[in-house]
Amino acid sequence: MYKKDIYTILSNEPLTPVVYRMVLEGDTQYVTRSGQFINIELEGKYLRRPISVSDYDAKTITIIYKVVGRGTEQMQGMVAGQKLDILTGLGNGFNTENEAQRPLLVGGGVGVPPLYNLCKRLLSEGKRPTVILGFNTREEIFYYEEFKALGVDVHCSTADGSFGTRGFVTDAIRDNGIEYDYLYTCGPLPMLKALYDNTSCDGEYSFEERMGCGFGACMGCTCKTKYGNKRICKDGPVLKRDEIVW
Amino acid sequence: MVKHYDLSVELCGVKLTNPVIPASGTFGFGREFADFYDLDCLGAISFKGTTRDARFGNPTPRIAECTSGLINSVGLQNPGIDKVISEELPHLRQIFHNPIIANISGFSLEEYEECCAKIDKEEQVEIIEVNVSCPNVHNGGMSFGTQPESAAEVTRRVKAVTTKPVFIKLSPNVTDIVAIARACEEAGADGICLINTLLGMRIDTVRRKPVIANKMGGFSGDAIFPVAVRMVYQVANACNIPVMGCGGVSSASDVIEMMMAGATAVQVGAANLKNPYAAKEIIESLPEEMERLGIKRLSDIIGIVK
Repeated sequence: MYKKDIYTILSNEPLTPVVYRMVLEGDTQYVTRSGQFINIELEGKYLRRPISVSDYDAKTITIIYKVVGRGTEQMQGMVAGQKLDILTGLGNGFNTENEAQRPLLVGGGVGVPPLYNLCKRLLSEGKRPTVILGFNTREEIFYYEEFKALGVDVHCSTADGSFGTRGFVTDAIRDNGIEYDYLYTCGPLPMLKALYDNTSCDGEYSFEERMGCGFGACMGCTCKTKYGNKRICKDGPVLKRDEIVW
Repeated sequence: MVKHYDLSVELCGVKLTNPVIPASGTFGFGREFADFYDLDCLGAISFKGTTRDARFGNPTPRIAECTSGLINSVGLQNPGIDKVISEELPHLRQIFHNPIIANISGFSLEEYEECCAKIDKEEQVEIIEVNVSCPNVHNGGMSFGTQPESAAEVTRRVKAVTTKPVFIKLSPNVTDIVAIARACEEAGADGICLINTLLGMRIDTVRRKPVIANKMGGFSGDAIFPVAVRMVYQVANACNIPVMGCGGVSSASDVIEMMMAGATAVQVGAANLKNPYAAKEIIESLPEEMERLGIKRLSDIIGIVK
């Protein structure tokens, strides 16, 4: 189920020059899984802006977004106290109901945020997650310390080698000799594909696509899977490894 | 004092409690919206454009935002007529108890004939809406709706195999909408629905490529409302069959304006995608708008503007 409601901005602060964290206060009862997203109405914009939920509790939803266009530029300028019309509880999210005890979480760029709540959830279920964060440069890194503060092993890769393993997340997995029994990942398509090709472990991959409505009505974001057509917004954004068609 | 406002209208003998109908392609088969509200407040529902075979549609990305609207190039993704009849229609009937409008599209005269004949046998369907105006498919859809002769031919063939009221859904991407509407009327159409989306395009200036994989798509949303009102007005004044107005409707005021232009019923499309409660909220605010404008019975204002 979903909720369309008015949410109040509690804070909106930069994590890097182009990545912001916004905390929203309001009804969070329909956010039920890590990896779901919300869809934000912005003044003067016809379509809402879908942003993944990074964390949530009984009263707040935290999102982390990158300023990439007019809509997110508008969000960047928002201040505490402002109100937003938002649809919450969208998307399937990650499923943690499995036997895996040592899951690996791999995030790339703005694919990192939804893994934060997932990591907390896995820890609360008594599992031992390892986290790998991939960025282009040291300056782009965010949430490295926040993940560390959860008490999990965190590794970084940067494309230019300015921090952690030089190269991609797949290099970081290899160089650190990480052992794991399940994979949760979110990030740019080439990263997801590289993980799929370079690992054999079962897992869940969170995808991105240009959306119209965000709740399954317009069929704008449909993708093909081994088990038929799926809407990224409604049947996804998380797909199981065995159903992915590249 | 509680005033009574009569919102009911009648389309070819089909009684609607109010004139507001979610437009085909923006409402699926109702499932997603039933998670938001009780669908029975809607006058009718026009379900997702259905073809003979299941279709994936066009490659993604197939959505592009615009000022006051969006472009889509979904390309008639649907499960195919047989699955619509066996799965979607029975489910829609469970969650919705007012008239169902079946939107049928095709790539050949035979396909229109076959699908319309099949859906005509379904008692849950009250009206057949024949889509000859989808801009997102090649060798079908819109190509039938841009010439009076071909639009009339589809109409004749469908009318020959059906018993329910047949509305032809027309494209605005034509030079003379009246000639096409008249040709459909003469070929036996029971009503006209217009407008479908306007052919549009956006370019990503950073990538120097079209935003949409298929390059072009159908433009809808608030921005096209004046075009829709104009075409509804022209067609309603030139034809003697009822018109369902569609295009950029997003408020009760828009519904009334469209009806004054000549629409008997009004479809709400893209607004549903922006606000899932759009159709419901429009219906709820109709009485207030009627009071403001001194309207007691909505049906009184159909085509009142000459």
